[in-house]
Amino acid sequence: MTYSYLPILILLFVAAVLGAVFLSLNWILGRHQRNPSKLSPYESGVPLLDENRKRVNVRFYQIAMLFILFDIEAAFLYPWAVIYRSMISWYLFGEMLLFILLLGVGYVYVWKKRAFDWK
Amino acid sequence: MDAIASNAPLVVFIVIGTIAVAASFLVVMMRNPVHSALFLLLTFLCVAVLFVIKAAEFVAAVQVLVYAGGIMVLFLFVVMLINVRHLPDEKMTTSYTLGGIGVGVAIFVLFFAVVRTGAYHDEAPNAAKKLTTVREQVLTQHPTDPNKLVRKWRAKDNRNAEAIGMALYRDYLVPFEVASLFLLVAMIGAIVIGKRELSALEEETAPDYMLERVETEKEVKDLVNAN
Amino acid sequence: MPFDATDIGLSILKIAIVLFMMLNITPIMVWVERRGSALIQDRPGPNRVGPFGLFQSFADALKFILKEDIVPAGAHKWLYTLAPAVGLFPALTTIAVVPWGRDFRLPEKVWFGHRFFEGRPLFEPVIANVNAGILVVFALASLAVYGIVIAGWSSNNKYSLFGGIRASAQMISYELSLTLAAVSVLLVAGSLRLTDVVWEQTKYFVLFDTIKIPAWNVFSPAMWIAFIVFSVSAFAETNRLPFDFAEAEAELVAGYHTEYSSMKFALFFMAEYMAMGTMSALVVTLFLGGWDIPWYNEPPTWQGFVLSALFFLVKVSVLLFVFVWVRWTIPRLKYDLLMKIGWKVFLPLAILNIVIVAAFIAAGWL
Repeated sequence: MTYSYLPILILLFVAAVLGAVFLSLNWILGRHQRNPSKLSPYESGVPLLDENRKRVNVRFYQIAMLFILFDIEAAFLYPWAVIYRSMISWYLFGEMLLFILLLGVGYVYVWKKRAFDWK
Repeated sequence: MDAIASNAPLVVFIVIGTIAVAASFLVVMMRNPVHSALFLLLTFLCVAVLFVIKAAEFVAAVQVLVYAGGIMVLFLFVVMLINVRHLPDEKMTTSYTLGGIGVGVAIFVLFFAVVRTGAYHDEAPNAAKKLTTVREQVLTQHPTDPNKLVRKWRAKDNRNAEAIGMALYRDYLVPFEVASLFLLVAMIGAIVIGKRELSALEEETAPDYMLERVETEKEVKDLVNAN
Repeated sequence: MPFDATDIGLSILKIAIVLFMMLNITPIMVWVERRGSALIQDRPGPNRVGPFGLFQSFADALKFILKEDIVPAGAHKWLYTLAPAVGLFPALTTIAVVPWGRDFRLPEKVWFGHRFFEGRPLFEPVIANVNAGILVVFALASLAVYGIVIAGWSSNNKYSLFGGIRASAQMISYELSLTLAAVSVLLVAGSLRLTDVVWEQTKYFVLFDTIKIPAWNVFSPAMWIAFIVFSVSAFAETNRLPFDFAEAEAELVAGYHTEYSSMKFALFFMAEYMAMGTMSALVVTLFLGGWDIPWYNEPPTWQGFVLSALFFLVKVSVLLFVFVWVRWTIPRLKYDLLMKIGWKVFLPLAILNIVIVAAFIAAGWL
């Protein structure tokens, strides 16, 4: 039963080979004429103006953290979903409803604190 | 073919295990933090493959989904945006290295001692209560009337996700609900991190309408006119 | 005994077929995109290279291979080259668990004096019918974020970096609604395997004791919200309009692949089109009945298999055309609006649908 994962591994390997083949084909068949203007970073035609980084919005970190939390919720939902049909009962429904409601409280809190705006 | 089939898990384990251990070493040896993060990603993926070998497919998928696909993305956001250039004059080994190796060896001996005697096997919480098999409904022939079909419950072979579901939502229900409280606390923490602490100078000089977080133009106008 | 020579041979055949289809998606979709957009915009589109411009894709592919491969100064040597390959992995491997035809028992044949297919093994047109079926897709799709993030960081360009970070933030936000919308389907199917999901949809809903509607998930009202959420999140996951913030944004030039040229650039596009193909296949499998032919009982022979595979292909093609159609019809959203909708609208809708479906099943209506 674990052997059925082998084809995925083979596909992964094939994808790697394919990528390598395409890239090396390009390397072999393409020209190699470097000059400095081609190699400099692209800034809409204007030479590099400033080097310092501007401050990053903390929103990105918050979004990533919230994503992790809701992903864990989804990970809890999967085993529940697959046994739901065979162990049908209102108790099972209520258990998950409680879980979702508790996380819903957190979700409403995050909404009210306006963490979902100004991305 | 049989020899390959029966030894394949061992071979895969050795190869992937080596890669995982080597990658985890490289995590702490790299100078560039982005390299470290990417090697950590590789470690997580190798661990997922090891889970698959032990037929824990659901755990492997969740490992990739949450760990490799979520937590490492967060790490990469932080590392890439902070843009810590690697420090060329940082020493690779410090005076703490020996102590670190000592602690590592001690933990290894601890793990070895526990795993070797098989003491990590915990018995089922209630030995009389076995893991129930999951059922599914199938249409089968009616026992007497050949023209009709009936639905019968049939046991489905226990797969990883179903087994975890059975354990989690019957035997370990309370820890599961407590986990939701943990997640709630984590959400609150994620918001608290985003709160900007204003320094004393900013508190004095920033105009009032900038300190409030406003949503609409109207609120801005109200606040400006109120001063 | 887990596998023998027959299994290996059939596996390789299946991989070859699916790989052939996936590799052909890019040239075909490039042509469809350009002619389709031309049709929508009331202009001719490419019609010089071959009849109806059919060979345009080959000309494009040749151009990509022969163009110069520029690696900008200061770009990270290894990661810059690795990023498009990393983008290619999830695109090619997620199709492995999608069933594209009906399974059938192979008949015993005698060729060249050898008996083949003794015992009539079952030919399942899925490359890997694993127990954790749909989770493999989501797990590998979550790795697609890394292609973008690494591409943005390794080009020595702060616009690429910010474009990459914003694109990956968008992708992870919509990945949530994607996975949660699929849970509704799993509730009905009772299993993570996509083959079971499709088999559930081969049954029929009977209305008023006379009208038989095929039990495709899109026809059951409890799943309509999930269908919409999943489809829209599929657009966002593959970075297609109206969510293609990563690619064509005026303030960030061309986003995360600004500094990429020739084949690496082409690999990004191949990965995007293949991801489109996989997402269409997923929508078809989860909601539109997969390989099921409505009102027709496919016989478990190779004719039934071929028919069902063709039907699957037709459904996926229709969805791919819808992808192109939407691209040239709906304007692009602003980034903050995009994220707001993803978190404030689609996430609660997906969870609402899960609760609705669970309540219906518990009440016995589904």
